Amino acid sequence: MPTTGNPVLNLSVFAVFVLITLYIVYRVSSRNVTASDYYAAGSSFTGAQNGVALSGDFLSAASFLGISGGIAAHGYDGFLYSVGWVVAWLVGLLLIAEGLRNTGRFTVGDVLAFRMKQRPVRAAAANATLVISFFYMIAQMAGAGGLIALLLNVSSKWGQALLIAVVGMVMVLYVLVGGMKGTTWVQIIKAVLLLLCVTLMSVFLLGKFGFSLSAIMQQATENNKLGEAVLDPGAKYGFSTMSKLDFVSLALSLVLGIASLPHVLMRFYTVPNAAEARRSVVWATWTMVIFYLCTLVIGFGAMALVGSETIAAAPGGENSAAPLLAFRIGGAVLLGVVSAVAFATILAVVAGLTLAASASFAHDVYANVIKRGNAEPRKEIRVARLTAVVVGVLSILGGIAANGQNVAFLVSLALALAASANLSTILFTIFWRRFNTTGTLWSIYGGLGSCLVLIIFSPVMSGAKTSIFPDVDFAWFPLGNPGLVSIPFSFLCGFLGTMFSKPEPEKADLAAEMEVRAIAGIGTKA
Amino acid sequence: MTKAMWSPGETQHEDREFRGFASFGDPEALSYVDSNGKPNFALIRQTDEFRILRRRLTTFIFPMTVLFLASYLTFVLLSAYARDVVSIKVVGVINLGILLGLGQFVTSIIITLGYARYAKRRLDPQRKLLAEKTGVEE
Repeated sequence: MPTTGNPVLNLSVFAVFVLITLYIVYRVSSRNVTASDYYAAGSSFTGAQNGVALSGDFLSAASFLGISGGIAAHGYDGFLYSVGWVVAWLVGLLLIAEGLRNTGRFTVGDVLAFRMKQRPVRAAAANATLVISFFYMIAQMAGAGGLIALLLNVSSKWGQALLIAVVGMVMVLYVLVGGMKGTTWVQIIKAVLLLLCVTLMSVFLLGKFGFSLSAIMQQATENNKLGEAVLDPGAKYGFSTMSKLDFVSLALSLVLGIASLPHVLMRFYTVPNAAEARRSVVWATWTMVIFYLCTLVIGFGAMALVGSETIAAAPGGENSAAPLLAFRIGGAVLLGVVSAVAFATILAVVAGLTLAASASFAHDVYANVIKRGNAEPRKEIRVARLTAVVVGVLSILGGIAANGQNVAFLVSLALALAASANLSTILFTIFWRRFNTTGTLWSIYGGLGSCLVLIIFSPVMSGAKTSIFPDVDFAWFPLGNPGLVSIPFSFLCGFLGTMFSKPEPEKADLAAEMEVRAIAGIGTKA
Repeated sequence: MTKAMWSPGETQHEDREFRGFASFGDPEALSYVDSNGKPNFALIRQTDEFRILRRRLTTFIFPMTVLFLASYLTFVLLSAYARDVVSIKVVGVINLGILLGLGQFVTSIIITLGYARYAKRRLDPQRKLLAEKTGVEE
């Protein structure tokens, strides 16, 4: 296959990226001493920097390779993801960013436990964070395997496993050395590279077709076996009643899930105040709009120039659309750049996830549940670093095990989990005064639990040819994505849990403090 | 910035003594920050400035949320259940569905910029007003 380019070149571009970023991480993080430095970069980033890093956090391998691949293979149905992921930032902007920034310090647990009973709520928040991050991480690491197969021409399972382990170790190194500051810089560099890369590719493609999107799509239809039908909905999700419902369920998870992801939420703490948090979402929205416009061009461009069948047959399948297109228009060098950027993407996103998971364990579980809020800050950071290593090892193992699974799909499950466990709870706790500890626990565990149960008994796990366990059938839930059921269910749980339990008058002062801080942003440093 | 207006560090000790002897003192100065320098949030919550701020915030964000979710779900539901409608070709091979999807990009940008502008003009000045009245800063 000539399409894989030059593995040595790909690897060296990637190695240069790793060396440069490691150096930068090392330079910026010389004063990584306090908990605030480690978890929140001392809240020293500007809105613009954090906005680029935010979009970097979300521009994972799944969204770069997965979306352009999805469009290249399924046309319209792939495009749905892009739309959901742009609109989703409005949830973060209008409902979450500022209130979260004003009421928490390091983790989601800070906000959820603000006016509730500390230990049970912190434990619940940490459980949710760990489960969501684990699902998301598996998706990223599974993507790494497929990428390696394509880009470095390593096809043996052992070789891929070794490379996944190397990727995992580099990312733990980023977190250990750099903390939040280092991780944010890696994220910024990566996001800028990725944006430059997709913008240049799109402008080039558009130029090639006389700046007409219609012309690209016209030629694309000629290289897809569905013909013009690929521009209409249904190419991927089909037309049965259940598949349509599944499509709606997926759409709901996409739009509500992003602003509920723990590693995205944690980003809002890296800026000094709510106004900067707002500014960072504005920046993120712009970069996302540009990025997803470009993936639309790249996706249809790949369909037009490479052809859907060639893409499906390549190692890595759909995910290889963007790299194959890069090779087609820019030769081995552009492929090297695109693959290095794609690797960097996995690395940076997994580093962010590792940081979120380790912060949640060290700050919520160790410092507040085990030590009841009396942990020594230095020891807390040591626990966080240790957890980062454990999380890193787990994700390497998980990534090796999940190697070859459908990446964008795993991400959509993580989004459903995040929207179910976090969104309802955060909104209630910020905007509903009557909300109490019982309601919090019900909505976290109700959302998380129902979502997990529905995933286990869905066609994803068993009963279909594409399931993880195709040979057994214990599926009774018909939808692949549980969001349509589990997200409303978590809101209902939070409401009922609150109504069926006593109000907490002793928490009235804290509730007033939370409301004033969330809305007015005053007294946050007291 | 305006912290010097009423510095808790300097005066709080005296205030406590005054209060201890049931001095009537100056209620304005005593009200929003207690003797330990901790803001009295329950009281701040009752001020007109805070109520106005809360109303301005909620009357923007909740209707906007309903609006963008409705517009997004319309796009999704049309794509799922009205395939004939979204397949209508508009420009070249570009159909109504793709345009509706790109329209979501446009509305997202409009709402984002609209909120940034609204926050700058209507919310942030009100926050400043509240901070000045209560003497409680960020």
